[in-house]
Amino acid sequence: MLSKRIIICLDVRAGKTTKGVKFMDNIDVGDPVEMARAYYEQGVDELVFYDISASHDMRGIMIDVVRRVAENIFIPFSVGGGIRTIDDMYQVLDAGAEKISINTAAVLNPDLITEGARRFGSQCIVLGMDAKKVRTTTILPSGYEIVINGGRTYMGMDALSWALMAQDLGAGEICLNSIDADGTTEGYELELTGLISRRVSIPVIASGGAGRPEHLKDVFLHSGADAALIASMVHFREYSLSDIKAYLKAEGIPVRDVT
Amino acid sequence: MIAVIDYRAGNLRSVHRAVQHLGIACSITSDAAKIRSASRVIFPGVGAAGSAMETIRALKLDEVIREVISRGIPFLGICLGTQIILDGSEEDSARCLGIIPGMVRRFPEAGEKIPHMGWNTIEVIKDHPVLQGIDTHAQFYFVHSFYPDAANVENIVAQTEYGITFPSVLARDNIVATQFHPEKSGRYGLSLLKNFSLWDGSWG
Repeated sequence: MLSKRIIICLDVRAGKTTKGVKFMDNIDVGDPVEMARAYYEQGVDELVFYDISASHDMRGIMIDVVRRVAENIFIPFSVGGGIRTIDDMYQVLDAGAEKISINTAAVLNPDLITEGARRFGSQCIVLGMDAKKVRTTTILPSGYEIVINGGRTYMGMDALSWALMAQDLGAGEICLNSIDADGTTEGYELELTGLISRRVSIPVIASGGAGRPEHLKDVFLHSGADAALIASMVHFREYSLSDIKAYLKAEGIPVRDVT
Repeated sequence: MIAVIDYRAGNLRSVHRAVQHLGIACSITSDAAKIRSASRVIFPGVGAAGSAMETIRALKLDEVIREVISRGIPFLGICLGTQIILDGSEEDSARCLGIIPGMVRRFPEAGEKIPHMGWNTIEVIKDHPVLQGIDTHAQFYFVHSFYPDAANVENIVAQTEYGITFPSVLARDNIVATQFHPEKSGRYGLSLLKNFSLWDGSWG
């Protein structure tokens, strides 16, 4: 049986890992290559690196991080943040990433999804989506709106419609982040995750809000997510991967054995 | 020297990196002479069957592949490389290499999510040297929308459940082929690649 994936997210700025709350006040927590290797050895199923460097001058540093990660870990990992063109995608995939994640660039230029899928295959293209709960209206029938630029810009686009459109355009997977839950450590946004995950036919990664192993259980059992993204709960060593996997296994959720 | 066949498909470098990490000499090449002189051949790949077959024929790699297989050189197919050694694929209605009998089929639309993406177990039906010493609970990383539906049960070494049961490891003489990605499957995947690097090509 296919296991539910636990994906650890590493935010990287200027070659260093950070974990912020509500996209503010980032603090350094470590070297991304060392952290990737440690999580790999502990049995993480997949990793995602978000380049949150403000400047495009930092691309070279990020590519070097990707290359060094690829030489050290032998599980899939994806890279997001600042990918705007087919050439950006090529550089990251060529450096050794399995997938690339596009968010703002896909909203502004949906053809990028199709072009990337045609060039590299759908399995390489992860659509990152930031969604925020809003009042249901005729243009936002799902009650969730797409926001970009780290949650600052409201797009007037319905989250469910965008997910379905991105799937048709060629996205192979969706990483669905709740702006409301992100950084709260109070649990995933189950309503949003279920709404998207049950309607699309591609895998959905739940993101934003994980603070305890119970939150992963809830998102797998009650929203149909295929994978769950976690960050601070392991970066700050409140929980180990083996604690989380042992707990989920005891709850009857299929997970990959760490041992 | 292990030759990783370059037919402009994705994923070649991850295979190369994993093999090199094991300390085994390995080179990515589309050069017929280099492939012919290799002690082992890996045929990896991610992408679409139709364009892969076009490139393989344009580079005349189909002849080279048939030749090294007929000489008994240990040969490892991975993912798309596993699919296109069958007779044909529903993807792009591609005519494939016809080395192991069978068709490549798409997962049923009404079933599970497509692609089948993530970690899954394999049920070993027949022992094979490349699976030696690998724990029966081991999981491997899969990412695919089509699966290799081998026609003859004697070619099926292991199978996997994903809505349906499909062959996930195939073999014939000196050929072994996995639908999953050993190069992305952590330490069990590395064990499989190590086993392949030591395998003399005999089976059964």
